[in-house]
Amino acid sequence: MSERRVELDVLRYNPETDRTPHFQRYSVTCREEWVVLDALNHVKETVDPTLAYRWSCHMAVCGSCGMMINGEPKLACKSFLRDYPGVIRVEPLAHFPVERDLVTVIDDFIAKLTRVKPYLIPKEAKPIEAGEYRQTPAQLKRYKQFTLCINCMLCYAACPEYGMIPKFMGPAAISLAHRWNQDSRDGGRAERQEEIAATEGVWECSFTGACSEVCPEHVDPAAALQRVKIKSTIDWYLAHTMPWLNK
Amino acid sequence: MAEQVTRKPYLRELPRTLWFLRHPRYVRYMAREFSCFFIGAYTLMLVLGLKRLAEGPEAYAGFLEALASPGAIVFHLFALAFSAYHSITWFRLTPKAMPVQLGENFLPDGVIAGAHYAGWALVSLVVLWLAGAF
Amino acid sequence: MAQSNKPIVWGPFAAGGTLTAFLTPALILLTLLAGLGHVPELLAYEALRAFASHGLVKLGLGVVIFLSLWSAAHRLRITCYDLGVRADTLVATLVYAVAIAGTLAAAVYLLRLPAA
Ligand code: SF4
Ligand code: FES
Repeated sequence: MSERRVELDVLRYNPETDRTPHFQRYSVTCREEWVVLDALNHVKETVDPTLAYRWSCHMAVCGSCGMMINGEPKLACKSFLRDYPGVIRVEPLAHFPVERDLVTVIDDFIAKLTRVKPYLIPKEAKPIEAGEYRQTPAQLKRYKQFTLCINCMLCYAACPEYGMIPKFMGPAAISLAHRWNQDSRDGGRAERQEEIAATEGVWECSFTGACSEVCPEHVDPAAALQRVKIKSTIDWYLAHTMPWLNK
Repeated sequence: MAEQVTRKPYLRELPRTLWFLRHPRYVRYMAREFSCFFIGAYTLMLVLGLKRLAEGPEAYAGFLEALASPGAIVFHLFALAFSAYHSITWFRLTPKAMPVQLGENFLPDGVIAGAHYAGWALVSLVVLWLAGAF
Repeated sequence: MAQSNKPIVWGPFAAGGTLTAFLTPALILLTLLAGLGHVPELLAYEALRAFASHGLVKLGLGVVIFLSLWSAAHRLRITCYDLGVRADTLVATLVYAVAIAGTLAAAVYLLRLPAA
């Protein structure tokens, strides 16, 4: 098993003592097949127990280990050391306030997620005896890709518009709203439109497309946002040119 | 007893103008957006051409002459490059904007974008042919 | 939160973006050829005057010019913001005004075209 001396430049910030963050260099011996998260764990176990970062699953499903690795938003548990030959620069996710070291404050995203009601709002309520809500494979495929989001916020760290306009609802929240709007069992679109068709909803998106490039689960949020724009535009023109349609 | 935890979140500043130098994808994005400058300027030039056309044959001849100036040629070359980049990027994104689900499956992205590229080539040829450029 | 009126400006932007993607490079080629001394038949004075005096052609040219200017204006507005010019209302007013003025000017010139 081959080993390698890995050098990590990690952004440190201690709210109790630091006024600004600074980089700290760690040098540890790592196995070639490790991911960046393994290297961080190794640092924490053998060199510096004060290093703070989030992780849980180590298999790209929990979405908690997002960080900037050499300037790109990445899941640390999915970023292999072998893909990073030189010194590896590790920073907290861009665009989010830093709580401590690599831990960010994510309240903003959680609040937005809540606002888009990312759960089934049944079209017609029915009693349990009436059985399950059925769906064809085609109806499932219509939204399946958008269910794969793991709320890792890499897309927010990649989105320049979110960086400039923190009120912007952002890629993942709108994609999840779109996921439920596309669901044949769901009837909640009108409620979600109040949030996502607002100015700070989808309309701050300039279709940079970076969200889709960095998404580790291939959700393609840019596609969802583009469709939300088109549908909201059609809604608007219908409502304003044919008012008899909205009873 | 839990210790009091200090919270003093730190927000890192972003460069206000040159943020897009961070990664080539943002440079490509700005280049795509900048195509609007050339498309807009070119369209204003067409409006000027209509003005000259309305003013009569001499004025219009002057307009055609101005098109031959080195500055106009250079402007046209830039405008052509940027507007073609606009077309390429615009059509490349069409599968995201207008996915087509046939039965269960979605048409592959390449088919939708490819159809747009083919349509673009066809429209361009027809315009050039109708205008008697060949 | 209320639904936004952004579709008013975004609708013509999307239409214009599509139209210019299909059409603008070919138009630029035409005037480039003219500049290089190979004037396409349609760009000769009499041919173009006759062509543009048709009512439907006037309408078509007007629509092309409006959508092209509008989509360029809308994108320029966003680009200004991206480059750090945060006076969005001012920028928006300016660029949309230029797009509308350009369209009106084109309409006036089209209506003033001399008959044969
Ligand atoms: S859309 Fe992709 S990048 Fe964004 S939070 Fe979901 S999984 Fe992460
Ligand atoms: S640790 Fe769960 S996604 Fe990386």
